Amino acid sequence: QVGILDADLCGPSIPHMLRPQERAVLQCARGWLPVPAGHTLPIALMSIGFLLERPDDAVVWRGPRKNALIKQFITDVAWGDLDFLLVDTPPGTSDEHISTVEALRPHQPLGAILVTTPQAVSVGDVRRELTFCRKAGLRVLGIVENMSGFVCPHCSECTNIFSKGGGEELAKHAGVPFLGRIPLDPQLSQSLEEGRDFIQEFPKSSAFPALTHIAQQILDTSQGSS
Amino acid sequence: SSSSGDEALRDKRARILSRGLPKQKPIEGVKQVVVVASGKGGVGKSTTADVLTITCFILKQTKEVGLLDADIYGPSIPKMMNLKGNPELTPKNLMRPLKNYGIACMSMGFLIEETAPVVWRGLMVMSAVEKLLRQVDWGQLDYLVIDMPPGTGDVQLSVSQNIPIAGAVIVSTPQDVALLDARKGAEMFRKVHVPVLGLVQNMSVFQCPKCKHETHIFGADGVRDLAKTLGLDILGDVPLHVNIRETCDSGQPVVISQPQSVA
Repeated sequence: QVGILDADLCGPSIPHMLRPQERAVLQCARGWLPVPAGHTLPIALMSIGFLLERPDDAVVWRGPRKNALIKQFITDVAWGDLDFLLVDTPPGTSDEHISTVEALRPHQPLGAILVTTPQAVSVGDVRRELTFCRKAGLRVLGIVENMSGFVCPHCSECTNIFSKGGGEELAKHAGVPFLGRIPLDPQLSQSLEEGRDFIQEFPKSSAFPALTHIAQQILDTSQGSS
Repeated sequence: SSSSGDEALRDKRARILSRGLPKQKPIEGVKQVVVVASGKGGVGKSTTADVLTITCFILKQTKEVGLLDADIYGPSIPKMMNLKGNPELTPKNLMRPLKNYGIACMSMGFLIEETAPVVWRGLMVMSAVEKLLRQVDWGQLDYLVIDMPPGTGDVQLSVSQNIPIAGAVIVSTPQDVALLDARKGAEMFRKVHVPVLGLVQNMSVFQCPKCKHETHIFGADGVRDLAKTLGLDILGDVPLHVNIRETCDSGQPVVISQPQSVA
């Protein structure tokens, strides 16, 4: 049983990517009920995207309001029995991140996965994120290098549009595990756009082996900790 | 009568509510401010702002242009403009912007260490943005381009409420999730009365350097469709090109180092 908490209040992407049939957030005695992802998958979702009147309403809030909602997402949602709760955070090290870490502290989070693209400007930002995790006492499970290379579907030539190796270098330098490299995958991106059954399509995409490998490492780490 | 009584009550309420809001004051010496925003992270906002500013400078040789990096959490401008170091202070205690390629730049990146995160809540961020706007000796600028952070939060609100902005440019990639956020960005600017100059479609298409086959990695034409829906202009369509990333990483913006390239 997995829950996904979309902590990106300004740009919630989870409702669009997983496109559950029923978007309404219902209430029960224990609080808000997370929205089931559908496709008979044991995934429960919570995002501000489900609470907006219209999906493209802008959320132009200052910090205190954002903090209050994130706390509510963690304490006032009836998540039920979950094996994993994944929290998708926005870029940066701001209110959302501070509130998420604070609200999750009593629940002893397993750790954080940091995602970067290979180029220097991204790696530069993720270095700051690493320091944030250290200061917050949040274990870094590892670094993922995303959008690492694009294989031309026509001639199979691989071009490193966003460079290569930046994430791996950073992991080595910082002494944290390097979880893997994920290639740019138009098929994955397209199936999310067109609302195709992403769960059916996904196993055939070129990113699938890389993502499976990363997931396996996380599962292994969690087994080791319990 | 009751209607004039209601009207008086409404006016009084509006006056009380607006007492807490900051007054918009232009930055001394700066004629026009343009902000580059996106909504979504990772769409190439900083790259666009950087290249846009330099292009402005190149095209209008007699104009003075400045670039302000308002992304407090992830300042990219120092790297892209190949600038480093703490800014000097003028006798009036203002920070002197660092200059490269003829552009005066200021960024949070000049004030903190490369690995130090800025773990601040909104209130402190507002104060930092205020300093970056007003406690800088910009001199006389014709244009100041502000590279905004992703999202629609404190920084965007602070900047829009504090200074008059000539217009906003919104950058997006063609994917739906980026467009959804670009739309929110456009709505935010509408709420704070900042005119949106148009949209930039970034990372639109990739041409394989070997076989020249074109792939729309992030989808095609999504930004054009959104522009049509919102009644906005498409200011440009930028393809994915290795040159852009390579030159950004080395701090030599592509319009300067490789002006003949497709980008």
